[in-house]
Amino acid sequence: MNNQALYNYILGVTDNSLILAQRLGELCGHGPSLETDIAITNISLDLLGQCRSYYQYAAKIKGGDTTEDSIAMLRTEREYVNVLLVEQPNEHFGFVIARQFLFDVFHLLQMQELQNSKDETLASIAAKNIKETLYHRRFSSDWVKRLGDGTEQSHAKMQEAIDALWRYTNELFEITEDDQKMIDAGIGVDVSKFKETYYKQVAEVLEEATLKVPENKYFQTGGKKGIHTEHLGYLLTDLQYMQRTYPNMKW
Amino acid sequence: MVKEAPKIASHLRPILESVPDPEIPVLTILDLGMIREAKEIDGEVYIKLTPTYSGCPATDVIGDDIRTAFEKENMKAHVELVLTPPWTTNWISEEGKIKMRDYGIAPPLSESADKLALLEGEKVVPCTLCGSTNTHMVSQFGSTPCKALFKCEDCYEPFDYFKCLI
Repeated sequence: MNNQALYNYILGVTDNSLILAQRLGELCGHGPSLETDIAITNISLDLLGQCRSYYQYAAKIKGGDTTEDSIAMLRTEREYVNVLLVEQPNEHFGFVIARQFLFDVFHLLQMQELQNSKDETLASIAAKNIKETLYHRRFSSDWVKRLGDGTEQSHAKMQEAIDALWRYTNELFEITEDDQKMIDAGIGVDVSKFKETYYKQVAEVLEEATLKVPENKYFQTGGKKGIHTEHLGYLLTDLQYMQRTYPNMKW
Repeated sequence: MVKEAPKIASHLRPILESVPDPEIPVLTILDLGMIREAKEIDGEVYIKLTPTYSGCPATDVIGDDIRTAFEKENMKAHVELVLTPPWTTNWISEEGKIKMRDYGIAPPLSESADKLALLEGEKVVPCTLCGSTNTHMVSQFGSTPCKALFKCEDCYEPFDYFKCLI
């Protein structure tokens, strides 16, 4: 067993949820309506809870004085391997929903595969995540349809967000060296297997929402190698502030 | 989904029954089916606890509450968090569902009725105040991730519905 590869693989799966949870958490008390505010922070909480299970496992693999908190809070920007999609700023509600939707469709497919992992811990965390992720996907799909097939203005804003975030979708299917090692070991998920399904499922919802499927061929990547957009640094400043200012503080 | 009956030593049951869910205090953790195993070995108690939702902040509190409940009986309890098999609303006891309804939260319906209510907007969730099924969903997520927000169109009562998790 290659422990370092497994550790890196887990971060590759989990950092997405951590960074997205933080982005969604920014909307606590700032959602466009009480119901959406609560829904979005609930999704944030689900994602954060999922992270804890993975990071606890990662900490055990890493050993030493590594803890779930040090993994989540004390890495430098280049050490986070989340995809660029999830770190994109909230801009307006259309962006929040588009980002969530483009991630949820992927996340659900990923978890459905991961529950068959040969690694029992990962498989059981994934099986638990699926139930929650189904609700997330339902929520974001509903809103894509509601806004896309809504007023002229909501349609325009939803299309704007989908167009802007589309360039980050391809990265979801990138496979790093460590990912490949874990795929070969029967532990990791070969995300390329469901790439077609992903774009098909996304297109179905967009069509129902009367939105256009973007056609741009240019895709931006880098997150999985730790090369992020400028937005991540600011997000981490917020995320890490407490632990950096008061090291080892606990609630 | 396999419905595995939890293995709970009968003499530990009364102590576990004294531990309420911090969010829905009328329910005990046994009502919710969160205890998967409880046994005593050499005077120490070993509990397997399963979370309802991954991010539920109540899970940590429940672990502490269990330890405290056993401390009162001069017993040391070890609480282990288990994820497999994942928790489902099918594990909520019938008695628990009645207590939940009396408390003002509509208990989870069958999986098929749940889908009709949450996805198709069918009026099937009975109002906890007047019992009418002339209700509609206001939001898929209620005051906690496990609940959706509903409103009765007959008596106008807003209420939570405990979502089905299979």
